[in-house]
Amino acid sequence: MTMTDTLIAAGALNVSPAASPAASVMWLVIAVPLASAAVLLLAGRRSDKWGHILGVAAPTVSFLIAAWGLFDLLSRPANDRIQDFDLAWWLTNGIDLDFGLRVDQLSLTFVLLVTFVGTLIHVYSVAYMGHDPDRRRFFAYLNFFVAAMLLLVLANSYLVLFVGWEGVGLASYLLIGFWNQRIEYAVAAKKAFIANRIGDVGLLLAMMIMFSEFGTLRFGDVFAAIAGVASWDPGHATVICTSIGLALLLAACGKSAQFPLQSWLGDAMAGPTPVSALIHAATMVTAGVYLVVRSGPIFEQTPVARLVVLIVGAVTLLFGAIVGCAKDDMKKALAASTMSQIGYMMLAAGLGPVGAIFAIMHLVTHGFFKAGLFLGAGSVMHAMKDQVDMRRFGRLDKFMRLTWLTFMMGWLAILGVPPFAGFFSKDKIIEQAFVPPPDALWQAWVFGAVALLGAGLTAFYMSRLFFMVFHGQARWTDDQHPHESPPLMTGPMIVLAVGSVSLGLILTLAGFDDYLAPALVQAHHGEPVLNAYLIMALTFVLVLAGAGIAWLKFGRASAVVPELPPAADGLVRAARADLYQDEFNHYALVVPGQTLVAVTTKTDDAVVDGAVRGLAWVFQGLGGLLARIQTGFVRSYAAAMLAGAILLMAIVLAVWI
Amino acid sequence: MTVSAYLLLASVLFVIGTATVLLRRNSIIVFMGIELMLNAANLAFLAFSRMWGNLDGQLAAFFVMVVAAAEVVVGLAIIVSLFRTRRTVSVDDENLMRH
Repeated sequence: MTMTDTLIAAGALNVSPAASPAASVMWLVIAVPLASAAVLLLAGRRSDKWGHILGVAAPTVSFLIAAWGLFDLLSRPANDRIQDFDLAWWLTNGIDLDFGLRVDQLSLTFVLLVTFVGTLIHVYSVAYMGHDPDRRRFFAYLNFFVAAMLLLVLANSYLVLFVGWEGVGLASYLLIGFWNQRIEYAVAAKKAFIANRIGDVGLLLAMMIMFSEFGTLRFGDVFAAIAGVASWDPGHATVICTSIGLALLLAACGKSAQFPLQSWLGDAMAGPTPVSALIHAATMVTAGVYLVVRSGPIFEQTPVARLVVLIVGAVTLLFGAIVGCAKDDMKKALAASTMSQIGYMMLAAGLGPVGAIFAIMHLVTHGFFKAGLFLGAGSVMHAMKDQVDMRRFGRLDKFMRLTWLTFMMGWLAILGVPPFAGFFSKDKIIEQAFVPPPDALWQAWVFGAVALLGAGLTAFYMSRLFFMVFHGQARWTDDQHPHESPPLMTGPMIVLAVGSVSLGLILTLAGFDDYLAPALVQAHHGEPVLNAYLIMALTFVLVLAGAGIAWLKFGRASAVVPELPPAADGLVRAARADLYQDEFNHYALVVPGQTLVAVTTKTDDAVVDGAVRGLAWVFQGLGGLLARIQTGFVRSYAAAMLAGAILLMAIVLAVWI
Repeated sequence: MTVSAYLLLASVLFVIGTATVLLRRNSIIVFMGIELMLNAANLAFLAFSRMWGNLDGQLAAFFVMVVAAAEVVVGLAIIVSLFRTRRTVSVDDENLMRH
């Protein structure tokens, strides 16, 4: 890139005329937190005193710019809200690898979610990490994460998205291993990083196929090319679209902890709780859903890949819910719940454009209530000396009124109790799951049933968590003095609780689906196989049942919760062990890999090196044999010479005569 | 006298020289055996020269004598220096270059 290009990039001079003023400064949304992270990391200990202030200011500024961007976007006509523009370009032999942003309804929704929830969690972290000597470094990483996540969602091509994609993976790694002096936390960070790398291979594969087929990675051009797929050879088109779709899904599974790459998320709770709230609940783990929704035009062309998305979503939904029912570690139960809720989003994203709208809506509401739940969990841990075992909580509602109330809002929201936020997003997903695609009625029944069952399980495990922590008998360890957290922590929790209560209603009344629809593929509405109100009623009954069972077992005053996990049957034991996901990975992947390495090492040693060594051995032996002739006995040499001479003469004479 | 008598003598001398080289241990004697073989060859050269009536064989004999003289110088020098360092002139003891 030349100097001029740099200047143009910095000044954003080459923005296409279509971009509005707010959109054309949208790069600042990314640049501000990135610059803040750079300052905090480069200034080192010198910035310890004021680091957290800068750390909080950066996402706040980003949020304000994004809010301006939203007003700007809303002021434009509904069919002209997708603004695609380049900030810098690299032309190499005719391959255009532009760095550009796309400001549209979808990306702006994400930007607002990330910056708003991000800012709140930054504020919370000021207090939560108050006693940590490395708080400044923590804020630097958080800011870096925000910048990378914003780059991911604002990108206008898969290439730029990939940069952000890798950036959030790195931030996640750094933050999970933030307390890397504890070896198991460092291991958890590595586990997350490696699982993410496997997904990244999928994204790379998808990009390579796109580039070789379409010669471009820009969303606009790729989607335009994929729309013209009808004119291709049908067999070729199916192969290309399906392989791109499946590769993208692999990427989404890695980032969003979906089956079969889900095993890292539980261990990722090793990071500080604000990290779990921001990265491993509200934003980064939803990047996979974003990728699938953003790539909607591709999935639209490939029913096979879409069906796989549905299956992955459904399996993960149940997987997370089952694991969540048995976990005693509060954060790991919430992580399982996150996995399950993202399973809902993935399921919805696989249902097509209408489902995708509710996937994004659930993503937004989930971002609020799950962040709120995690912050609540952090507040409880703060009060209970970093205790996470729910069997040692109980009766905390009397001591932490604000935490209890805000947590309750999040709990009701995730249950989907009307009119809390989850009701408007999750119930819609369940309803959409019952809508049969053309000529596949069975799908509606299977996925609808799974979604319904998931709602019941969600109600059970979340209520179990809520009652075990805040109600029942106090089962604290000695020397516990629970107390309410400082206002810097409860403040963000209250804001998120307000969102958990009202966001669903606000988004529905404000017409979120009409707002988002133009950014997606044209939708064709279908009717569910059951009456929508019947589905709603069934969901509500299942939720009540789940919550009721949890109350009977853990909530009422006479309920006895053993302080150690009681003996249980096979399913509960399996769920406590994460359905043996680590064992499965160990025996299905690690052991074969190690065996392969051992075998190839042995083969190399025996065959390749063996051939070389054998050759050397043969010549050494031959040399040894020949060396025996060298007796050092001069007269034998003379005799040999004589014999040779006679032999030669005999030959000469024999030839001549 | 015919040529064959000379050749017979040359053969006898050569065989004696060869036997000396192969059977004797004293390097001086071995050396003498070599000289004897060379002179047997010289005799054969001269006999053939005479037989053909030209001087080629005599010329070859002169070459052999010159080379033999040079060889004697080098060979005796080696034998003397070996004797000085190892107090022996037996060829069977000279095995420093053995593998």
